[in-house]
Amino acid sequence: MVGPTLKKRRMQMSRRFLVSICILTIILLATLSVAGQAPATGAKAQPAAKAYKAPRTPDGQPDLQGYWTNATYVPLERPNGVTKEFYSKEEAVQLEKRAAERETEQTEPGTVADVHYDFTQFGLDRNQSTFASSMRTSMIMDPADGKLPPVTPEGQKRAADRATERRRMGPTTDAVQNMPIGTRCIIMAGSGPPMMNSGYNANYQIVQGPGYVMILTEMIHDVRIIPLDGRPHVSPNVRQWMGDSRGRWEGETLVVETTNYNEKNPFRGASQNMKVTERFTRTDANNIDYKFTVEDETTWTRPWTAALPLKTSVGPIFEHACHEGNYGVRNTLAGARAEEKRAAEAAAKKGSQ
Amino acid sequence: MRNRFVIWTISTVIVAGLLMAVTTYFGQTPAPAYRAPRTADGKPNLNGIWQALNEANWDLEAHAAGFSRVLALGAADATPPGLGVVEGGPIPYLPAAATKKKENFEKRVTLDPEIKCYLPGVPRAMYQGMPFQIIESPNVIMMAFQFAGAVRTVNMGKPTEAPADSWMGWSNGRWEGETLVIDSTGFNDQSWLDRAGNFHSDQLHVVERITARSADTLNYEATIEDPQTFSRPWKISMPLYRRVERNAQIMEFKCVEFVEDLIYGHLRKQPTTSR
Repeated sequence: MVGPTLKKRRMQMSRRFLVSICILTIILLATLSVAGQAPATGAKAQPAAKAYKAPRTPDGQPDLQGYWTNATYVPLERPNGVTKEFYSKEEAVQLEKRAAERETEQTEPGTVADVHYDFTQFGLDRNQSTFASSMRTSMIMDPADGKLPPVTPEGQKRAADRATERRRMGPTTDAVQNMPIGTRCIIMAGSGPPMMNSGYNANYQIVQGPGYVMILTEMIHDVRIIPLDGRPHVSPNVRQWMGDSRGRWEGETLVVETTNYNEKNPFRGASQNMKVTERFTRTDANNIDYKFTVEDETTWTRPWTAALPLKTSVGPIFEHACHEGNYGVRNTLAGARAEEKRAAEAAAKKGSQ
Repeated sequence: MRNRFVIWTISTVIVAGLLMAVTTYFGQTPAPAYRAPRTADGKPNLNGIWQALNEANWDLEAHAAGFSRVLALGAADATPPGLGVVEGGPIPYLPAAATKKKENFEKRVTLDPEIKCYLPGVPRAMYQGMPFQIIESPNVIMMAFQFAGAVRTVNMGKPTEAPADSWMGWSNGRWEGETLVIDSTGFNDQSWLDRAGNFHSDQLHVVERITARSADTLNYEATIEDPQTFSRPWKISMPLYRRVERNAQIMEFKCVEFVEDLIYGHLRKQPTTSR
């Protein structure tokens, strides 16, 4: 089915891809050596400085424009045994140091595990680029225990049904549709909204035009275009991966409400009824206080709210042509089919003896 | 003496007036150019959701109606006829490139990157037939395309060099009066210019000129230069139309999902037979 020309083309493509990765890596490393030296200082977890007034865009919006990151090691839910909302500065520094060490250890150079996604090689570890430090023990700030609220019976049943369906589909190597959506280059699981940090390249670019805020997510070049004119949401027939966002300014704060999710990327087990309300407030030149509230009464017994700060990052954002260079999916599936063929041949040989 | 001067002056004025009237009548003097509304910082305001309304994505050159690419789709996929958007004759391919273009056309069902949901590249993204939105800010102009969620970041500051080749290229923009001029390089050689197999190499250099021609239309021009593929630079031009619906918005067209069985179906444990 695949002609020789096409094969050659693909090989050229993969070589080109490698070359671009190498160039990107060099650029990234160069950028990091300049910009990444300074330890992250975004320890302003609490928006204490309420008095800050952001600069204005030409049309008078508070200016959120620029490059931002929300790379962090703070978990969504508070770890068991931790009872306070904030670590001390020393504790936070120690935890980040240990997390960074764990990340660096993730593969052993020269082993099989080293072949795929050794982030340290590409300078993509969270701790290797600009980083949004926080002293929070969990992103969740409400409920006060830092944990997700109890799941409703309906939510529990949905989770069980999804698990059953997932098992019915078979192993991830059987078909591309069985693989995680991030691997398939459709959307990164954390791209949201809410904008959870992705493991690497947790970078965003915000651009504001008259009546709109646009947020470009580096991963899979996902663009959020948020109208500010108070228009209603699209028809409930329209279900989208990133939902449908509407924004408004409340003083210094951009409030964005998102509905119309398609339920194919369920956030922490949510249903398509989920409503996410995000609040962006610039607290100084280098920090945006970012909080979001999740409401889905068919999943959780009450709404919950989490915070993860955005900190200025280094631009520009490069094209993340994920699908176009997705050799991972092809090679995984082709490898699995080759394994099956080999096993079948071995079994046939054994049977004939 | 004095009278003669007066007569001379009067006749000169009359002749000049006549001349002006004649040239205006015959359309020699251009009509006063449209002046776009301004953004708060005084630049022509090109913000909005725009879309090409032509057959350029089927074939940039003039073409009659043609057969569907897929038998099963009959008239629904048959090529609509188009008058062409290339200025001044056929696309000036170099001999080897002309051969490749022909091959591309013959194998377009398997080779056209659009079919695989790959990023459309430039200029194709601008006339692919789905809407795109321009978001203008002083330092950067974003173009967000519905197809494949493609995006262009046009740097309006000091021009910068492409750090690596990419599908959508590297764009530096500037204002020349009413016109947004975008200079783009840093392209890979993977994208096509249309469904007819018109293509380019990684030497592609595109200079686009976008000018408002009325409240709801833009003039779009792109000069395409690629010494590895074409014998000289050539130009396409077309209007772009504003999506004037009050609720117009760019919707999601994340097409990866739609092409997975096409691309990977033969590698499934149970190969896909149809869809």
